[in-house]
Amino acid sequence: MKAALDVPGKPIGSKLRQLMPIRKKRVNRSFMGTFSLFMLLAVIGAFMALPLVYAINNAFKPLDEIFLFPPTLFVRNPTWNNFSELMNLLSQTWVPFSRYIFNTVFITGAGIVGHVILASAAAYPLAKHKFPGKTFLFSIVVLSLMFTPAVTATPNYMILSWLGLIDTYWAVIVPAFAYSLGLYLMKQFMEQIPDALLEAAKIDGANEYRIFWSIVMPNVKPAWLTLIILLFQILWGSDGNGFIYSEQLKTLHFASNQIIMGGIARAGAGAAVALILMSVPIILFVFSQSRIIETMATSGMKD
Amino acid sequence: MQNSSIQEVKRAEPAQLRLPKKDSWWSIKRQEMKASKHSYILLAPYMILFTLFTVLPVSVSIILSFSYFNMLELPRFVGWDNYTRLFLEDDIFLTAIKNTLLFAAITGPVSYLACFIFAWIINELTPRMRAFMTLIFYAPSISGNIYFIWLMIFSGDRYGIANGMLMKIGVILEPIQWLKTEAYIMPIIILVQLWLSLGTGFLAFIAGLQTVDRTLYEAGAVDGVRNRWQELWYITLPSMRPQLMFGAVIQLTTSFAVADVSIALAGFPSVNYAAETVVTHLIDYGTTRFEMGYASAIATVLFGLMVGTNLIVQKLLQKVGG
Repeated sequence: MKAALDVPGKPIGSKLRQLMPIRKKRVNRSFMGTFSLFMLLAVIGAFMALPLVYAINNAFKPLDEIFLFPPTLFVRNPTWNNFSELMNLLSQTWVPFSRYIFNTVFITGAGIVGHVILASAAAYPLAKHKFPGKTFLFSIVVLSLMFTPAVTATPNYMILSWLGLIDTYWAVIVPAFAYSLGLYLMKQFMEQIPDALLEAAKIDGANEYRIFWSIVMPNVKPAWLTLIILLFQILWGSDGNGFIYSEQLKTLHFASNQIIMGGIARAGAGAAVALILMSVPIILFVFSQSRIIETMATSGMKD
Repeated sequence: MQNSSIQEVKRAEPAQLRLPKKDSWWSIKRQEMKASKHSYILLAPYMILFTLFTVLPVSVSIILSFSYFNMLELPRFVGWDNYTRLFLEDDIFLTAIKNTLLFAAITGPVSYLACFIFAWIINELTPRMRAFMTLIFYAPSISGNIYFIWLMIFSGDRYGIANGMLMKIGVILEPIQWLKTEAYIMPIIILVQLWLSLGTGFLAFIAGLQTVDRTLYEAGAVDGVRNRWQELWYITLPSMRPQLMFGAVIQLTTSFAVADVSIALAGFPSVNYAAETVVTHLIDYGTTRFEMGYASAIATVLFGLMVGTNLIVQKLLQKVGG
């Protein structure tokens, strides 16, 4: 990771040309400009990466290295001790740790499946049909991108308790179905499906639901991945939003926070659980990056 | 006689014509709605939930903000009392709004520019380097609640990286209680917030830059664009205005919503409320004190503040690149 970070800084001349073959085709590029911009990228890139590098290293440090003065960034004698300590700790919890894992996996999975299906179903008519109220409905969704969910948190508690969903998984899952950024991105992406494709299906006798399910849905797979990763990020890190009280329903994030906040005695196990928690979304992103970028290309807001 | 009857007929004619015309506008609408039955059915599940968990809560907040409501008794109408209390009596709210505006004024524009500048530089790299650097810059915002790693960096004892380094080179002799000292709290939260801020907006810019038509650059070079800065202003920015507007909404909304980082790093409540934001204030009254009317007033102010700023910024961005 570090070696790659250094690349833009080091042997500028030939390396740079290897790095950016576009440069030959592109005019208007001064060498000093390119050099200083890459230096900026390298420095800020290091700032972005260092805390994560530190988190990774901490997880493999033996306890005496975590409390070393002066503190070090990189581990000297890497060990798996923190992970085995974590396992030890987990076997002693009142609620079996696998239960926390199940809770988070269930909430994340159910939330994502429901959201992708509902948001795509709603995005399809908004992108491809003409009907009264379309502009109005879509502008409300855009408006809802402009404020934080914190605004709605308190009334949501009342609504969820009125629906009898408080202290169930559904208190976190059902509101996630209606996540507005997902609908927005899906709708923008669907607009680029050629109308001819839909017309052809219609002539072949397919009804709207069939068109949606077997023509539109397979064509928006990149957008699925984007919705999945955006919602994954939210639900994976969810601590229950204050809607879940029962210990056996609490999320992985909540449980690991207890370990992380455990102070000095738990420092090693805390670093290990933090590494595990953070690597899951990052790995997911690594594998879906190109599809997500493809979706984001259509994310623009028209005047 | 005849004349007048003709006139009458003439007068009646347009009236008769207008009536069915007005009728038919509605019937056309109704026909349209009937014809789009399938659209509404597809929309319905999402829209019902969206109404239930977004539209209804905002409306409820606005209504409750004019009441006293503690979740036990029925809401009691109190007029503008909550708002006058908020702005005239609640000193902590004024701190909160000052901090929130500070976050919005600093992290909003800085993170927006950072998103764009780094997306712009990264765009010049080869595809593999581009993917790698995108990951480096995007990773903090996606890695869940990893920001607590900054707790270790700014930890108050000498094992924290910041204290350790500064003591080693002799700038300070004793460890500093970074997160318990009022003067340091805000700058540290701003720093962490910036670290976390290259998220969805950043990805949208990376994607937007890749869609800019390459031939425009060649045409620009022929037409006298002399350096990368002119190219940026005259070609790149106008070509990706839609992404710029989307990114602005995302960055601005995030910068107004600072709460989790403040709570995780500075505690809740923070030392002398130094890190109180409108959202933490809302959490305080909504989930700790159960003063729902008052909390609703805070939520309404926050809502107005965010939507208002966003709409103004959208207007301004329409002018980018001439």
